[in-house]
Amino acid sequence: MSKKTLIPIGPYHPLQEEPELFRLYCDGEIVKDIKWETGYNHRGIEKLSESKTYEQIFFLVERICGICSNSHPFAFANAVEEIANIEITNRAKYIRSIIGELERIHSHLLWVGLAGHFLGYNTVFMWAWKYREPVLDLFEMISGNRNSYAMFKVGGVRRDIEETKIPVIQNILDEVKTKTDLLTGAVMDDPVIHARTRGVGILTKQDIIDYGAVGPTARASGLAIDVRKDDPYAAYPLVNWKVITAEAGDVFAKAEVRLLEIYESISIIEQCLNGLKKEKAGDISLKVKEIPEGIGNGRAEAPRGEVFHFVQSDGSNSPVRHKIRAPSYVNIATFKKSCIGQTIADATISLAAVDPCYCCTERMAVAYDLSSGEKIMNAFELINESLKKTDELKRTVKTHL
Amino acid sequence: MNTELIIEKFKEKFNSEILRTTVKNQKRVIITVLPDSIINVAEYLYRTEGFRFIIASALHTKNGFEIHYHFSKDSIGLILNIHVILDKNSPQIESLSNMFNASNWIEREMHELLGINFLNHPNQEKLISEGNWAEGVYPLRKEFK
Repeated sequence: MSKKTLIPIGPYHPLQEEPELFRLYCDGEIVKDIKWETGYNHRGIEKLSESKTYEQIFFLVERICGICSNSHPFAFANAVEEIANIEITNRAKYIRSIIGELERIHSHLLWVGLAGHFLGYNTVFMWAWKYREPVLDLFEMISGNRNSYAMFKVGGVRRDIEETKIPVIQNILDEVKTKTDLLTGAVMDDPVIHARTRGVGILTKQDIIDYGAVGPTARASGLAIDVRKDDPYAAYPLVNWKVITAEAGDVFAKAEVRLLEIYESISIIEQCLNGLKKEKAGDISLKVKEIPEGIGNGRAEAPRGEVFHFVQSDGSNSPVRHKIRAPSYVNIATFKKSCIGQTIADATISLAAVDPCYCCTERMAVAYDLSSGEKIMNAFELINESLKKTDELKRTVKTHL
Repeated sequence: MNTELIIEKFKEKFNSEILRTTVKNQKRVIITVLPDSIINVAEYLYRTEGFRFIIASALHTKNGFEIHYHFSKDSIGLILNIHVILDKNSPQIESLSNMFNASNWIEREMHELLGINFLNHPNQEKLISEGNWAEGVYPLRKEFK
Protein backbone atom coordinates (compact mmCIF):
# COMPACT_ATOMS: atom_id res chain seq x y z
CA MET A 1 0.00 0.00 0.00
CA SER A 2 1.35 3.39 -0.88
CA LYS A 3 2.14 5.91 1.87
CA LYS A 4 0.24 9.24 1.85
CA THR A 5 2.55 12.07 2.77
CA LEU A 6 1.66 15.57 3.92
CA ILE A 7 3.99 18.34 2.87
CA PRO A 8 3.27 21.72 4.46
CA ILE A 9 4.60 24.80 2.68
CA GLY A 10 4.59 28.05 4.61
CA PRO A 11 3.19 29.87 6.43
CA TYR A 12 5.68 32.74 6.71
CA HIS A 13 8.04 34.37 4.33
CA PRO A 14 8.76 38.10 4.06
CA LEU A 15 8.50 38.05 0.27
CA GLN A 16 4.95 36.72 0.26
CA GLU A 17 2.20 39.25 -0.10
CA GLU A 18 0.17 37.23 2.34
CA PRO A 19 1.60 34.59 4.67
CA GLU A 20 -0.05 31.33 3.80
CA LEU A 21 0.24 27.64 4.39
CA PHE A 22 -0.19 25.05 1.69
CA ARG A 23 -0.70 21.44 2.66
CA LEU A 24 0.23 19.12 -0.15
CA TYR A 25 -1.13 15.61 0.21
CA CYS A 26 1.13 13.36 -1.80
CA ASP A 27 1.07 9.77 -2.90
CA GLY A 28 4.68 8.96 -3.62
CA GLU A 29 5.86 11.87 -5.71
CA ILE A 30 2.46 12.88 -7.04
CA VAL A 31 0.41 15.65 -5.42
CA LYS A 32 -3.09 14.27 -4.82
CA ASP A 33 -4.75 17.12 -2.97
CA ILE A 34 -3.91 20.59 -1.78
CA LYS A 35 -5.31 22.63 1.09
CA TRP A 36 -4.70 26.27 1.85
CA GLU A 37 -4.72 28.25 5.06
CA THR A 38 -4.29 31.94 5.57
CA GLY A 39 -4.91 34.62 8.16
CA TYR A 40 -1.59 34.31 9.97
CA ASN A 41 -0.96 37.97 9.60
CA HIS A 42 -4.48 39.33 9.20
CA ARG A 43 -4.13 43.07 9.68
CA GLY A 44 -7.78 44.07 9.51
CA ILE A 45 -7.01 46.73 6.90
CA GLU A 46 -10.61 46.90 5.67
CA LYS A 47 -11.82 47.67 9.19
CA LEU A 48 -8.92 50.02 9.89
CA SER A 49 -9.70 51.93 6.72
CA GLU A 50 -13.13 52.86 8.10
CA SER A 51 -11.39 54.88 10.82
CA LYS A 52 -9.03 56.80 8.51
CA THR A 53 -9.64 59.80 6.31
CA TYR A 54 -9.46 59.47 2.53
CA GLU A 55 -6.04 61.12 2.52
CA GLN A 56 -4.68 58.72 5.15
CA ILE A 57 -6.03 55.59 3.47
CA PHE A 58 -3.54 56.01 0.61
CA PHE A 59 -0.69 55.38 3.04
CA LEU A 60 -2.56 52.45 4.54
CA VAL A 61 -3.38 50.62 1.32
CA GLU A 62 0.11 51.24 0.01
CA ARG A 63 1.32 48.91 2.74
CA ILE A 64 -0.89 45.99 1.71
CA CYS A 65 1.76 44.72 -0.68
CA GLY A 66 5.46 45.47 -0.63
CA ILE A 67 6.20 44.50 -4.22
CA CYS A 68 3.36 46.20 -6.03
CA SER A 69 2.81 48.88 -3.42
CA ASN A 70 1.39 51.29 -5.95
CA SER A 71 -1.44 49.17 -7.33
CA HIS A 72 -3.68 49.52 -4.27
CA PRO A 73 -3.49 53.34 -4.10
CA PHE A 74 -4.15 53.28 -7.87
CA ALA A 75 -7.39 51.29 -7.51
CA PHE A 76 -8.42 53.26 -4.43
CA ALA A 77 -7.85 56.57 -6.23
CA ASN A 78 -9.97 55.31 -9.13
CA ALA A 79 -12.78 54.34 -6.72
CA VAL A 80 -12.79 57.63 -4.80
CA GLU A 81 -12.50 59.75 -7.93
CA GLU A 82 -15.45 57.84 -9.35
CA ILE A 83 -17.56 58.78 -6.29
CA ALA A 84 -16.46 62.43 -6.44
CA ASN A 85 -16.68 62.47 -10.24
CA ILE A 86 -13.19 63.92 -10.69
CA GLU A 87 -11.20 63.92 -13.91
CA ILE A 88 -7.53 64.46 -13.05
CA THR A 89 -5.15 66.50 -15.21
CA ASN A 90 -3.31 64.87 -18.10
CA ARG A 91 0.03 65.45 -16.45
CA ALA A 92 -1.11 63.57 -13.33
CA LYS A 93 -2.45 60.79 -15.57
CA TYR A 94 0.92 60.38 -17.27
CA ILE A 95 2.79 60.34 -13.96
CA ARG A 96 0.40 57.73 -12.53
CA SER A 97 0.90 55.48 -15.53
CA ILE A 98 4.68 55.89 -15.43
CA ILE A 99 4.75 54.79 -11.79
CA GLY A 100 2.38 51.90 -12.53
CA GLU A 101 4.48 50.63 -15.41
CA LEU A 102 7.83 51.01 -13.65
CA GLU A 103 6.34 48.90 -10.93
CA ARG A 104 5.27 46.25 -13.44
CA ILE A 105 8.81 46.09 -14.82
CA HIS A 106 10.43 45.58 -11.43
CA SER A 107 7.79 43.12 -10.29
CA HIS A 108 8.07 40.97 -13.43
CA LEU A 109 11.86 40.98 -13.21
CA LEU A 110 11.57 39.90 -9.60
CA TRP A 111 9.33 37.00 -10.61
CA VAL A 112 11.63 35.88 -13.43
CA GLY A 113 14.49 35.82 -10.92
CA LEU A 114 12.54 33.77 -8.41
CA ALA A 115 11.27 31.36 -11.05
CA GLY A 116 14.88 30.86 -12.17
CA HIS A 117 15.90 30.16 -8.60
CA PHE A 118 13.24 27.49 -8.12
CA LEU A 119 14.34 25.77 -11.29
CA GLY A 120 17.95 25.75 -10.16
CA TYR A 121 19.07 28.65 -12.35
CA ASN A 122 20.63 30.92 -9.80
CA THR A 123 22.36 32.91 -12.52
CA VAL A 124 18.95 33.97 -13.86
CA PHE A 125 17.99 34.92 -10.30
CA MET A 126 21.07 37.11 -9.85
CA TRP A 127 20.81 38.68 -13.30
CA ALA A 128 17.13 39.52 -13.00
CA TRP A 129 17.49 41.07 -9.57
CA LYS A 130 20.54 43.00 -10.66
CA TYR A 131 18.70 44.45 -13.67
CA ARG A 132 15.76 45.29 -11.43
CA GLU A 133 17.93 47.47 -9.24
CA PRO A 134 18.15 50.51 -11.60
CA VAL A 135 14.32 50.57 -11.71
CA LEU A 136 14.25 50.94 -7.93
CA ASP A 137 16.83 53.71 -8.24
CA LEU A 138 14.42 55.46 -10.60
CA PHE A 139 11.68 55.22 -7.98
CA GLU A 140 14.00 56.76 -5.45
CA MET A 141 14.79 59.59 -7.85
CA ILE A 142 11.12 60.24 -8.68
CA SER A 143 9.44 59.70 -5.32
CA GLY A 144 12.21 59.64 -2.73
CA ASN A 145 11.48 55.99 -1.89
CA ARG A 146 12.60 52.71 -3.41
CA ASN A 147 9.29 51.22 -2.34
CA SER A 148 5.99 52.57 -0.97
CA TYR A 149 6.28 55.67 -3.09
CA ALA A 150 3.50 57.78 -1.53
CA MET A 151 2.86 59.35 -4.93
CA PHE A 152 -0.94 59.26 -5.13
CA LYS A 153 -3.66 61.39 -3.62
CA VAL A 154 -7.28 62.10 -4.41
CA GLY A 155 -7.25 64.39 -7.44
CA GLY A 156 -3.74 63.74 -8.69
CA VAL A 157 -0.21 62.95 -7.57
CA ARG A 158 2.05 64.40 -4.89
CA ARG A 159 5.25 64.91 -6.83
CA ASP A 160 5.97 66.08 -10.33
CA ILE A 161 8.52 64.54 -12.70
CA GLU A 162 10.73 67.44 -13.73
CA GLU A 163 11.96 67.91 -17.29
CA THR A 164 15.57 67.29 -16.21
CA LYS A 165 14.74 63.81 -14.96
CA ILE A 166 13.26 62.61 -18.26
CA PRO A 167 16.62 61.85 -19.99
CA VAL A 168 17.79 59.94 -16.88
CA ILE A 169 14.65 57.79 -16.93
CA GLN A 170 15.07 57.24 -20.67
CA ASN A 171 18.67 56.08 -20.23
CA ILE A 172 17.76 53.58 -17.56
CA LEU A 173 14.85 52.29 -19.66
CA ASP A 174 17.24 51.73 -22.59
CA GLU A 175 19.48 49.78 -20.27
CA VAL A 176 16.60 47.69 -18.90
CA LYS A 177 15.52 46.95 -22.47
CA THR A 178 18.94 45.61 -23.46
CA LYS A 179 19.14 43.50 -20.34
CA THR A 180 15.60 42.17 -20.84
CA ASP A 181 16.63 41.11 -24.38
CA LEU A 182 19.43 39.13 -22.81
CA LEU A 183 17.18 37.60 -20.18
CA THR A 184 14.37 36.81 -22.62
CA GLY A 185 16.85 35.15 -24.98
CA ALA A 186 18.32 33.09 -22.16
CA VAL A 187 14.91 31.93 -20.91
CA MET A 188 13.16 31.38 -24.25
CA ASP A 189 16.00 29.47 -25.93
CA ASP A 190 17.08 27.25 -23.08
CA PRO A 191 16.07 23.62 -23.77
CA VAL A 192 16.16 22.72 -20.08
CA ILE A 193 13.82 25.57 -19.11
CA HIS A 194 11.50 24.41 -21.89
CA ALA A 195 11.59 20.87 -20.52
CA ARG A 196 10.89 22.05 -16.97
CA THR A 197 8.10 24.50 -17.74
CA ARG A 198 6.27 23.43 -20.90
CA GLY A 199 3.17 21.39 -20.14
CA VAL A 200 3.65 21.96 -16.39
CA GLY A 201 0.89 23.41 -14.19
CA ILE A 202 -1.55 23.91 -17.04
CA LEU A 203 -4.63 26.06 -16.46
CA THR A 204 -7.26 25.87 -19.18
CA LYS A 205 -9.41 28.80 -20.24
CA GLN A 206 -12.37 27.20 -18.44
CA ASP A 207 -10.34 26.92 -15.18
CA ILE A 208 -9.54 30.62 -15.42
CA ILE A 209 -13.20 31.56 -15.93
CA ASP A 210 -14.32 29.22 -13.15
CA TYR A 211 -11.86 30.60 -10.59
CA GLY A 212 -12.12 34.18 -11.87
CA ALA A 213 -8.32 34.35 -12.21
CA VAL A 214 -6.82 37.58 -13.55
CA GLY A 215 -3.64 39.17 -14.86
CA PRO A 216 -0.76 37.27 -16.48
CA THR A 217 -2.24 34.02 -15.10
CA ALA A 218 -5.38 34.56 -17.19
CA ARG A 219 -3.57 36.02 -20.19
CA ALA A 220 -1.22 33.01 -20.36
CA SER A 221 -4.30 30.81 -20.85
CA GLY A 222 -5.52 32.82 -23.82
CA LEU A 223 -7.97 35.11 -22.02
CA ALA A 224 -7.14 38.64 -23.15
CA ILE A 225 -8.36 40.49 -20.06
CA ASP A 226 -6.47 43.55 -18.90
CA VAL A 227 -8.10 46.38 -16.97
CA ARG A 228 -5.80 48.89 -18.67
CA LYS A 229 -7.48 48.00 -22.00
CA ASP A 230 -10.98 46.93 -20.91
CA ASP A 231 -11.75 49.73 -18.47
CA PRO A 232 -9.06 52.32 -19.28
CA TYR A 233 -7.89 54.66 -16.55
CA ALA A 234 -4.99 57.12 -16.07
CA ALA A 235 -2.99 57.61 -19.29
CA TYR A 236 -3.60 54.15 -20.80
CA PRO A 237 -6.19 55.35 -23.33
CA LEU A 238 -3.73 58.06 -24.46
CA VAL A 239 -0.94 55.67 -25.48
CA ASN A 240 -0.57 52.77 -27.90
CA TRP A 241 0.21 49.33 -26.60
CA LYS A 242 -1.05 45.79 -26.91
CA VAL A 243 -2.25 43.11 -24.50
CA ILE A 244 0.17 40.17 -24.44
CA THR A 245 -1.42 36.73 -24.43
CA ALA A 246 -0.30 33.13 -24.82
CA GLU A 247 -2.40 30.05 -25.39
CA ALA A 248 -0.71 27.15 -23.58
CA GLY A 249 -1.63 28.05 -19.98
CA ASP A 250 1.50 26.38 -18.63
CA VAL A 251 4.39 27.84 -16.62
CA PHE A 252 6.33 28.68 -19.78
CA ALA A 253 3.39 30.69 -21.14
CA LYS A 254 3.22 32.68 -17.91
CA ALA A 255 6.93 33.45 -18.10
CA GLU A 256 6.58 34.44 -21.76
CA VAL A 257 3.65 36.79 -21.02
CA ARG A 258 5.54 38.49 -18.18
CA LEU A 259 8.76 38.91 -20.14
CA LEU A 260 7.00 40.37 -23.17
CA GLU A 261 4.94 42.68 -20.96
CA ILE A 262 8.17 44.32 -19.82
CA TYR A 263 8.66 45.60 -23.39
CA GLU A 264 5.10 46.92 -23.51
CA SER A 265 5.64 48.68 -20.18
CA ILE A 266 8.84 50.31 -21.46
CA SER A 267 6.98 51.50 -24.56
CA ILE A 268 4.11 52.90 -22.44
CA ILE A 269 6.56 54.80 -20.20
CA GLU A 270 8.36 56.26 -23.23
CA GLN A 271 5.08 57.50 -24.69
CA CYS A 272 4.06 58.93 -21.31
CA LEU A 273 7.40 60.76 -21.00
CA ASN A 274 6.75 62.30 -24.41
CA GLY A 275 3.27 63.24 -23.27
CA LEU A 276 4.67 64.88 -20.13
CA LYS A 277 6.78 67.24 -22.24
CA LYS A 278 3.60 68.67 -23.78
CA GLU A 279 1.83 69.29 -20.46
CA LYS A 280 2.35 72.28 -18.19
CA ALA A 281 4.86 71.56 -15.41
CA GLY A 282 3.44 71.46 -11.90
CA ASP A 283 -0.13 70.90 -13.03
CA ILE A 284 -0.41 67.65 -11.11
CA SER A 285 -3.23 67.94 -8.64
CA LEU A 286 -6.76 69.24 -8.22
CA LYS A 287 -8.21 70.58 -4.99
CA VAL A 288 -10.86 68.20 -3.71
CA LYS A 289 -13.00 69.62 -0.95
CA GLU A 290 -15.18 66.70 0.00
CA ILE A 291 -16.18 63.23 -1.06
CA PRO A 292 -19.95 63.06 -1.58
CA GLU A 293 -22.19 60.17 -0.66
CA GLY A 294 -21.98 57.27 -3.08
CA ILE A 295 -20.44 54.03 -4.24
CA GLY A 296 -17.15 53.64 -6.09
CA ASN A 297 -15.86 50.54 -7.87
CA GLY A 298 -12.20 51.20 -8.59
CA ARG A 299 -9.86 48.84 -10.32
CA ALA A 300 -6.33 48.88 -11.62
CA GLU A 301 -4.12 46.35 -13.36
CA ALA A 302 -1.37 45.40 -10.92
CA PRO A 303 1.58 43.29 -12.09
CA ARG A 304 -0.31 40.21 -10.83
CA GLY A 305 -3.71 41.18 -12.23
CA GLU A 306 -6.78 43.20 -11.44
CA VAL A 307 -6.86 44.94 -8.05
CA PHE A 308 -10.40 45.82 -7.04
CA HIS A 309 -11.50 48.36 -4.42
CA PHE A 310 -15.11 48.93 -3.42
CA VAL A 311 -15.70 52.13 -1.47
CA GLN A 312 -19.00 53.23 0.02
CA SER A 313 -19.12 56.81 1.25
CA ASP A 314 -21.73 58.51 3.41
CA GLY A 315 -20.44 62.01 2.72
CA SER A 316 -18.15 62.11 5.76
CA ASN A 317 -14.35 62.10 5.52
CA SER A 318 -14.01 58.31 5.99
CA PRO A 319 -15.59 55.47 4.04
CA VAL A 320 -18.42 53.40 5.51
CA ARG A 321 -17.10 50.28 3.84
CA HIS A 322 -13.88 49.66 1.98
CA LYS A 323 -13.55 46.23 0.40
CA ILE A 324 -10.21 45.28 -1.11
CA ARG A 325 -9.58 42.36 -3.42
CA ALA A 326 -5.98 41.68 -4.39
CA PRO A 327 -5.34 39.59 -7.52
CA SER A 328 -3.66 36.80 -5.55
CA TYR A 329 -6.98 36.16 -3.78
CA VAL A 330 -8.41 34.68 -6.96
CA ASN A 331 -5.15 33.48 -8.51
CA ILE A 332 -4.00 31.39 -5.54
CA ALA A 333 -7.18 29.31 -5.64
CA THR A 334 -6.17 27.97 -9.08
CA PHE A 335 -3.49 25.88 -7.37
CA LYS A 336 -6.13 23.25 -6.91
CA LYS A 337 -6.17 22.86 -10.69
CA SER A 338 -2.52 23.46 -11.54
CA CYS A 339 -0.81 21.37 -8.82
CA ILE A 340 -2.92 18.24 -8.46
CA GLY A 341 -1.43 15.42 -10.47
CA GLN A 342 1.98 17.08 -10.70
CA THR A 343 5.14 15.72 -9.10
CA ILE A 344 6.44 17.50 -5.98
CA ALA A 345 9.37 18.84 -8.01
CA ASP A 346 6.96 20.46 -10.47
CA ALA A 347 4.56 21.68 -7.80
CA THR A 348 7.25 24.15 -6.74
CA ILE A 349 7.22 26.01 -10.02
CA SER A 350 3.45 25.55 -10.56
CA LEU A 351 2.79 27.31 -7.27
CA ALA A 352 5.29 30.02 -8.12
CA ALA A 353 3.85 30.53 -11.60
CA VAL A 354 0.98 32.74 -10.47
CA ASP A 355 3.53 34.88 -8.63
CA PRO A 356 3.04 34.46 -4.96
CA CYS A 357 6.36 33.72 -3.30
CA TYR A 358 7.33 30.19 -2.59
CA CYS A 359 10.65 30.79 -0.85
CA CYS A 360 9.09 29.62 2.39
CA THR A 361 9.99 26.09 1.38
CA GLU A 362 13.55 26.92 2.24
CA ARG A 363 12.73 27.83 5.78
CA MET A 364 9.54 26.16 6.79
CA ALA A 365 8.63 23.01 4.97
CA VAL A 366 9.11 19.63 6.52
CA ALA A 367 7.50 16.46 5.23
CA TYR A 368 5.84 14.09 7.67
CA ASP A 369 4.80 10.51 7.27
CA LEU A 370 1.09 10.75 8.14
CA SER A 371 0.84 7.35 9.78
CA SER A 372 3.89 7.53 12.05
CA GLY A 373 4.30 11.32 12.31
CA GLU A 374 7.96 10.86 11.49
CA LYS A 375 9.89 13.51 9.57
CA ILE A 376 10.95 12.11 6.25
CA MET A 377 12.05 15.09 4.20
CA ASN A 378 13.26 18.51 5.27
CA ALA A 379 12.99 21.87 3.55
CA PHE A 380 16.26 21.79 1.71
CA GLU A 381 15.63 18.29 0.47
CA LEU A 382 12.29 19.47 -0.87
CA ILE A 383 13.69 22.30 -2.97
CA ASN A 384 16.56 19.98 -3.94
CA GLU A 385 13.95 17.73 -5.57
CA SER A 386 13.32 20.54 -8.04
CA LEU A 387 17.01 21.29 -8.53
CA LYS A 388 17.77 17.58 -9.06
CA LYS A 389 15.16 17.36 -11.79
CA THR A 390 16.74 20.31 -13.61
CA ASP A 391 20.22 18.76 -13.30
CA GLU A 392 18.98 15.48 -14.68
CA LEU A 393 17.33 17.27 -17.57
CA LYS A 394 20.49 19.24 -18.27
CA ARG A 395 22.37 15.97 -18.67
CA THR A 396 19.74 14.32 -20.86
CA VAL A 397 19.24 17.36 -23.05
CA LYS A 398 23.00 17.63 -23.61
CA THR A 399 23.25 13.96 -24.67
CA HIS A 400 20.45 14.53 -27.17
CA LEU A 401 22.05 17.59 -28.71
CA MET B 1 -23.28 44.50 -27.03
CA ASN B 2 -23.50 47.75 -25.13
CA THR B 3 -24.53 48.60 -21.58
CA GLU B 4 -28.06 49.81 -22.46
CA LEU B 5 -28.85 46.59 -24.27
CA ILE B 6 -27.52 44.44 -21.44
CA ILE B 7 -29.56 46.35 -18.85
CA GLU B 8 -32.67 46.28 -21.02
CA LYS B 9 -32.43 42.52 -21.47
CA PHE B 10 -31.77 42.07 -17.78
CA LYS B 11 -34.82 44.15 -16.83
CA GLU B 12 -36.99 42.20 -19.23
CA LYS B 13 -35.90 38.89 -17.77
CA PHE B 14 -36.00 39.77 -14.07
CA ASN B 15 -38.69 42.43 -14.13
CA SER B 16 -40.51 41.33 -10.97
CA GLU B 17 -37.33 40.74 -8.96
CA ILE B 18 -35.70 44.13 -9.48
CA LEU B 19 -36.12 46.67 -6.69
CA ARG B 20 -33.99 49.50 -8.05
CA THR B 21 -31.64 50.24 -10.93
CA THR B 22 -28.95 52.94 -10.82
CA VAL B 23 -27.02 53.61 -14.01
CA LYS B 24 -24.12 55.84 -12.96
CA ASN B 25 -22.52 55.77 -16.38
CA GLN B 26 -21.78 53.36 -19.24
CA LYS B 27 -19.35 51.41 -17.08
CA ARG B 28 -20.93 51.37 -13.64
CA VAL B 29 -24.40 50.02 -12.95
CA ILE B 30 -25.99 48.99 -9.64
CA ILE B 31 -29.10 46.82 -9.61
CA THR B 32 -30.85 45.92 -6.37
CA VAL B 33 -32.64 42.58 -6.60
CA LEU B 34 -34.58 40.34 -4.23
CA PRO B 35 -32.22 37.96 -2.35
CA ASP B 36 -34.21 34.91 -3.46
CA SER B 37 -33.41 35.56 -7.10
CA ILE B 38 -29.62 35.60 -6.67
CA ILE B 39 -29.00 32.12 -8.12
CA ASN B 40 -31.02 32.84 -11.26
CA VAL B 41 -29.48 36.28 -11.68
CA ALA B 42 -25.91 35.02 -11.24
CA GLU B 43 -26.53 32.07 -13.52
CA TYR B 44 -27.89 34.36 -16.23
CA LEU B 45 -24.96 36.78 -15.95
CA TYR B 46 -22.25 34.12 -15.73
CA ARG B 47 -23.51 31.55 -18.23
CA THR B 48 -25.63 33.50 -20.72
CA GLU B 49 -24.06 36.95 -20.73
CA GLY B 50 -20.44 35.90 -20.08
CA PHE B 51 -19.80 38.09 -17.04
CA ARG B 52 -16.80 37.41 -14.79
CA PHE B 53 -17.34 37.31 -11.04
CA ILE B 54 -14.87 39.79 -9.50
CA ILE B 55 -15.72 39.57 -5.80
CA ALA B 56 -18.54 40.35 -3.38
CA SER B 57 -18.51 43.09 -0.74
CA ALA B 58 -20.73 42.72 2.30
CA LEU B 59 -21.55 45.48 4.73
CA HIS B 60 -23.64 46.01 7.83
CA THR B 61 -26.00 48.98 7.67
CA LYS B 62 -29.12 50.17 9.45
CA ASN B 63 -31.19 48.38 6.80
CA GLY B 64 -29.61 45.03 7.65
CA PHE B 65 -26.86 43.21 5.84
CA GLU B 66 -26.09 44.21 2.29
CA ILE B 67 -24.04 42.37 -0.29
CA HIS B 68 -22.75 43.83 -3.53
CA TYR B 69 -21.88 41.07 -5.99
CA HIS B 70 -19.46 42.64 -8.45
CA PHE B 71 -19.64 41.24 -11.97
CA SER B 72 -17.45 42.41 -14.82
CA LYS B 73 -18.16 42.40 -18.53
CA ASP B 74 -14.57 42.77 -19.67
CA SER B 75 -15.25 43.39 -23.35
CA ILE B 76 -16.99 46.69 -22.55
CA GLY B 77 -15.40 47.49 -19.16
CA LEU B 78 -18.73 47.31 -17.35
CA ILE B 79 -18.92 46.59 -13.62
CA LEU B 80 -22.42 45.46 -12.70
CA ASN B 81 -23.10 45.45 -8.96
CA ILE B 82 -25.89 43.09 -8.03
CA HIS B 83 -27.03 44.45 -4.70
CA VAL B 84 -29.11 42.49 -2.18
CA ILE B 85 -30.38 43.47 1.26
CA LEU B 86 -30.63 40.63 3.76
CA ASP B 87 -32.58 40.22 6.94
CA LYS B 88 -31.28 42.05 10.05
CA ASN B 89 -31.63 39.15 12.44
CA SER B 90 -30.85 36.05 10.45
CA PRO B 91 -28.92 37.04 7.32
CA GLN B 92 -28.78 34.21 4.83
CA ILE B 93 -28.61 33.76 1.07
CA GLU B 94 -27.98 30.96 -1.43
CA SER B 95 -24.30 30.27 -2.12
CA LEU B 96 -22.96 30.80 -5.65
CA SER B 97 -20.02 28.48 -5.11
CA ASN B 98 -21.71 25.51 -6.72
CA MET B 99 -21.81 27.54 -9.94
CA PHE B 100 -18.25 28.93 -9.96
CA ASN B 101 -15.27 28.52 -7.65
CA ALA B 102 -14.50 32.24 -7.70
CA SER B 103 -17.05 32.91 -4.94
CA ASN B 104 -15.97 30.07 -2.66
CA TRP B 105 -13.45 31.92 -0.50
CA ILE B 106 -15.24 35.27 -0.35
CA GLU B 107 -18.44 33.60 0.91
CA ARG B 108 -16.44 31.88 3.64
CA GLU B 109 -14.89 35.24 4.49
CA MET B 110 -18.26 37.03 4.64
CA HIS B 111 -19.60 34.22 6.81
CA GLU B 112 -16.68 34.65 9.17
CA LEU B 113 -16.54 38.45 9.35
CA LEU B 114 -20.25 39.30 9.27
CA GLY B 115 -22.03 36.08 10.17
CA ILE B 116 -23.96 35.82 6.91
CA ASN B 117 -25.04 32.24 6.28
CA PHE B 118 -24.52 30.90 2.77
CA LEU B 119 -26.98 28.11 2.09
CA ASN B 120 -25.65 25.00 0.32
CA HIS B 121 -22.05 26.22 0.41
CA PRO B 122 -19.76 23.24 -0.31
CA ASN B 123 -17.44 24.00 2.61
CA GLN B 124 -18.39 26.93 4.81
CA GLU B 125 -15.37 26.74 7.13
CA LYS B 126 -13.55 29.76 8.48
CA LEU B 127 -11.11 31.16 5.96
CA ILE B 128 -9.04 33.69 7.84
CA SER B 129 -8.94 32.76 11.50
CA GLU B 130 -8.84 28.96 11.30
CA GLY B 131 -10.88 28.66 14.43
CA ASN B 132 -8.78 31.05 16.51
CA TRP B 133 -11.55 33.60 17.01
CA ALA B 134 -14.39 33.28 19.44
CA GLU B 135 -17.61 31.83 18.03
CA GLY B 136 -20.38 34.33 17.37
CA VAL B 137 -18.06 37.36 17.25
CA TYR B 138 -18.20 39.12 13.92
CA PRO B 139 -15.57 41.86 13.49
CA LEU B 140 -17.27 43.75 10.67
CA ARG B 141 -20.66 43.99 12.37
CA LYS B 142 -21.59 47.41 13.69
CA GLU B 143 -23.75 48.66 16.51
CA PHE B 144 -26.59 51.01 15.64
CA LYS B 145 -28.43 53.08 18.19
